[in-house]
Amino acid sequence: MDAKEIFDKLKSVFENGITDLKVDIPIDPYIAVSSDVINAVSLFLRDEESLQFDSLSCLSGVDFDKDNLAVVYHLYSFALNHKVCIKVILPKEKPEVNTVCDVWATAEWHEREAYDMYGIIFLNHPDLRRILCPEDWEGFPLRKDYKVQEFYNGMKVPY
Amino acid sequence: MAEIKTEELTLNMGPQHPSTHGVLRLELVLNGEIVQNVKPYIGYLHRCFEKHAEAMTYNQVVPYTDRMDYLNSMNNELGYAIAVEKLLGIEIPERVEYIRVIMSELQRIASHLVAIGTFGNDTGAFTPFLYCFIDREKILEIFEMTCGARLLYNYIWIGGLSHDIPEGFQKKVKEFIKYFRPRIKQLNNLLSFNKIFVERTINIGVLPADVAINAGASGPTLRGSGVKFDLRKNDPYSIYHKFDFDIPTGKGERGTVGDCWDRYMVRVYEMEESLKIIEQAIDNIPDGDVSSAVPKRIKPVAGEIYSRTEVPKGELGYYIISDGSLNPYRVKVRSPSFCNLSLINLISKGSMIADLVVILGTFDIVLGEIDR
Repeated sequence: MDAKEIFDKLKSVFENGITDLKVDIPIDPYIAVSSDVINAVSLFLRDEESLQFDSLSCLSGVDFDKDNLAVVYHLYSFALNHKVCIKVILPKEKPEVNTVCDVWATAEWHEREAYDMYGIIFLNHPDLRRILCPEDWEGFPLRKDYKVQEFYNGMKVPY
Repeated sequence: MAEIKTEELTLNMGPQHPSTHGVLRLELVLNGEIVQNVKPYIGYLHRCFEKHAEAMTYNQVVPYTDRMDYLNSMNNELGYAIAVEKLLGIEIPERVEYIRVIMSELQRIASHLVAIGTFGNDTGAFTPFLYCFIDREKILEIFEMTCGARLLYNYIWIGGLSHDIPEGFQKKVKEFIKYFRPRIKQLNNLLSFNKIFVERTINIGVLPADVAINAGASGPTLRGSGVKFDLRKNDPYSIYHKFDFDIPTGKGERGTVGDCWDRYMVRVYEMEESLKIIEQAIDNIPDGDVSSAVPKRIKPVAGEIYSRTEVPKGELGYYIISDGSLNPYRVKVRSPSFCNLSLINLISKGSMIADLVVILGTFDIVLGEIDR
């Protein structure tokens, strides 16, 4: 199935939860989903007979624009050999979204990475800690407005 | 008599430990010799690749991709080049595609040789390690004569290659194929079918296929569980559709499907398949100019792409967002070792500490790629 068909299918079930379909941008189209239905949408994508997205290829945090962050899910179906890209856009003041690691186990570490780099809070995540940076690091490095801390444990950081 | 008091023991394996293949710390919870829980701590080699990439132009990122999985630089470059080329929408000369395929298959053999050698080392067989490194050396010599570097090449550029292949390249590759086929047989006799080795690796660390798919395993880790899936066949890129080769999978020949021996053996079979591909490509390299399609200024229109390629460790994905400027807005790397390592707790619960070393060895992780 292509992105348009998947979008129509999701729209018919979740109505206002599915906010947007972008196909006019070059290469990869994506479907924007509201953050409060992501759990139901991900379960539907995995379990629905005609979709069967049994694996999560990649989960990325993105600094979407001035006021928003985004979580991008790249799904792939081994059973039906098709893929789709789902985006959840979150406001920077309250970047909270439910975890999907009960649906796809891959998400556990990827969500930790998105938290580490962007400060996105994944609710109900079993073990939400920093993964690549040290635990006592300050700030979220991949945000565009990130300023590196002056000192880390007495060591000067900027070089 | 007083009751014997037993308690769980927490033990740190690493960050400096020969079997962790780099700087990785595993926090083990032990009941005697039985592993109850494994908690990996990563990030010791974090080099801020993704942050650096945002501050550079597209072609400046290429040398950085080399340094992610440093045993597999050619394939890292290829994956990145393909992603940006798709974003730009440019056509690549046939000659370039052929050379790229030959290079990346040679690199696949070199990477698998390290995996096999170090895995033998983990299980207590030191000799195969040396044999593997002798063979790997021959591949590195071919790379050296082509681009001057032995490990970090900066060879595959966006739109082309940094150098054309030198004179005598084809002859040298053919000599290598002729030399290497019997060496695989020798390796099998020495290690793969060695009774001690087989007994050591069968029926431990069994990974069922459905768990592997759900947890994002890829590459030999996934195929070892019997899933016939290879991006070179199932989602072809470059010119892989032109070549005839098989996808080896784990069949439980000696023990259970998806055990450590199966995952190991997939790599051995894959080396033979790579030789097949190189053999088909080496005589058919068309004429042409390898740098004719290299763009002077790389400035893709605003858009995004997720592009994935099959590297020796599994699925390497690049998620690139362009905002229409000279620098990428976001480069996210989905590294196969990162996803494969996250499985470790799932399949090593209840095994012995000594077996944990073997299980970790079959994942063939490279920490440079996990921490980026």
